Amino acid sequence: MKKDIILAGVGGQGILSIATVIGQAALAEGWYLKQAEVHGMSQRGGEVQSHLRISTEPIWSDLIPQGKADIILSLEPLEALRYVPWLAPEGCVVTSSVPFRNIDNYPDIDQVYAAVKACPKHILIDTDALVKEINAPVQAANMVLLGAAIPMLGIEPEIMKTALQKVFARKSEAIVETNIRALMAGYEYACKNL
Amino acid sequence: MKHILLGDEAIAQAAIDSGLSGVYAYPGTPSTEITEYIQLHESKTPAGIFCQWATNEKTAMEAALGLTYAGKRALVRMKHVGMNVCADAFVNSAITGVNGGLVVVAADDPSMHSSQNEQDSRFYAKFALIPCFEPSNQQEAYDMTRQAFDLSEQLRVPVLMRVTTRMAHSRAMVNTTDAPRPQNNRSLPENTQHFILLPAFAKRNYADLLAQQPEFIRLSEECGNNTYTRGTNPKRAIVTCGIAHNYMQEAGIAQGASILKITQYPLPVALINQMVADGAEEILVAEEGQPVVEELLRGLVPSTVKLKGRLTGDLPRMGELSPDCFAQSEIRNQKLEINTVVLPGRPPSMCQGCGHRDMYTALNEVAREYNEARIFGDIGCYTLGALSPFHAIHACVEMGASITMAKGAADAGQYPSIAVIGDSTFTHSGMTGLLDCANCNADVVVLISDNLTTGMTGGQDSAGTGKLERICMAMGIPEEHVRVVVPLAKNMEEMKAVIREEINYHGTSVVIARRECIQTLKRKARK
Repeated sequence: MKKDIILAGVGGQGILSIATVIGQAALAEGWYLKQAEVHGMSQRGGEVQSHLRISTEPIWSDLIPQGKADIILSLEPLEALRYVPWLAPEGCVVTSSVPFRNIDNYPDIDQVYAAVKACPKHILIDTDALVKEINAPVQAANMVLLGAAIPMLGIEPEIMKTALQKVFARKSEAIVETNIRALMAGYEYACKNL
Repeated sequence: MKHILLGDEAIAQAAIDSGLSGVYAYPGTPSTEITEYIQLHESKTPAGIFCQWATNEKTAMEAALGLTYAGKRALVRMKHVGMNVCADAFVNSAITGVNGGLVVVAADDPSMHSSQNEQDSRFYAKFALIPCFEPSNQQEAYDMTRQAFDLSEQLRVPVLMRVTTRMAHSRAMVNTTDAPRPQNNRSLPENTQHFILLPAFAKRNYADLLAQQPEFIRLSEECGNNTYTRGTNPKRAIVTCGIAHNYMQEAGIAQGASILKITQYPLPVALINQMVADGAEEILVAEEGQPVVEELLRGLVPSTVKLKGRLTGDLPRMGELSPDCFAQSEIRNQKLEINTVVLPGRPPSMCQGCGHRDMYTALNEVAREYNEARIFGDIGCYTLGALSPFHAIHACVEMGASITMAKGAADAGQYPSIAVIGDSTFTHSGMTGLLDCANCNADVVVLISDNLTTGMTGGQDSAGTGKLERICMAMGIPEEHVRVVVPLAKNMEEMKAVIREEINYHGTSVVIARRECIQTLKRKARK
């Protein structure tokens, strides 16, 4: 088992929390892990990405070679497209459909969606609508997205839930509960729409 | 014990487990997390660890040397350009030698993710004639940091640990020891002359350091950190340094070639000779950063051996490496080419509600009232004022250069000549420049954008908080020309008036625009 995942989004959206939960799950499974993060200047409202690799075998590189990523997991549709050159031919794009417009030249959103849909495997998910549906704050969008990636990750939902609990343990019980609801809402959406 | 650790955290944990007594540093990406990790964990150690921020890398390096003078183990860490700031202390610490273990961590930033250049700190180790480690993964980062402390104490010289962004900011599983080493007891050096670099003594010390060089090479050859593996086709050889080894392996290009994996310097000459003796006709040198080893090999292997690397164009001359740099064309061809949208970049920007924004709005409006105002910027979040929508600054070079460049331009007759500098950068390297301005009453306005923190690196303490006015006045700026404004939209007219008045004053003046960083404010509110 080996999964190469590119996490993408805009600084402050919470992609590193996604990585932490997957990392915790991988640790619980006894897998190897490498995760390259971006800190510093690029976090200030700019594009951010993280290469996350989990495997039952030792991993060499911290960076995923182009054309090898199993999943692009993005909190923003334009940011998802940025990493398509890394996607394996059989790889899947899982992205929020909610645009983050902090640049003047943001392209036409329908063109963005069309490009996502041109990827052989994709899940385009309205995370804003989904968090509203389950009465969760917008900050839970990252866990919705993680939930939607569960079928592709080869990690059981129960293990992911436990990992999430562990990562959010020092926060309140209500926050843990909200995030688990978000995770499962994303999971169910993916199961229905894959 | 097994943990998921960043490379930075692995180094920090290793330092704690090596009996560290003090970490000295100024924040700098990608190395800040080393200090932060120790600050978070030092209270769990029996003796505690000194871990307050230093004003700059030079004060950090000197304090660390003092700690080791007293026999204890010290860690100094910085981003690569911090090596320039502390270079005087660093290079001379190799001449004085150390009494307790001293490890210097330099985090290089190839591809300039958060930096202004991609200088390679291995040059500094060679320059100072000391051993250098370059771990290839997080476990090695942990293990080698512990080795580095022992080696520093054994050889009585500082040891450099060179990492790059991908090592510093990448997580992996790390096994740590269950038996941390206690701190050293305080003990003063037996030979006190070794720390007095009067020429007569320094000559002796330098001769000692030179005499140690063959021993450093022997250790590189025999320590086990550098490994040579003869391939089935030894005509082809690959030399890898640090994490470049992983990219080479990931790309699967070894294919029978001999492999020399280097993680400790100076270069292991015997292993290189063995590689050549085994018939190497072509050697690919894979190294992150500048072509340090490729250049050195030119002097070590016969001219008939073909060297390939960053200098020859077989690998990119600039930027960080990746598996793709090594991959064969057929792998590249498998990429999906389906994007039909032109993807605009999304550059970082100052936060909404940030005081720097209001400061730039006021400054820009006043600057436009003059024919050719020039604004010299500095290093920090406010460097982003160079980008849209502000386009406010005309220069940004290195820590503190805003003030002294503005002074130099004013010396040449530039008017208005304005410096913009953050509070933390001001105490790091701006104060001495302000003294230069004050001493000749240069016609410069120094605008200190004081957000009460070191913002860009994530909100660390700022050395001058609460002292800036007094510092400026002590430097010789008249009290009436040390002005304080609060950068808020509602104060716009007042801010503009103050800036205008100080531009119209033909002497050195300081305007402090003070409002707390909204990120640190948010963090406090959450607590």
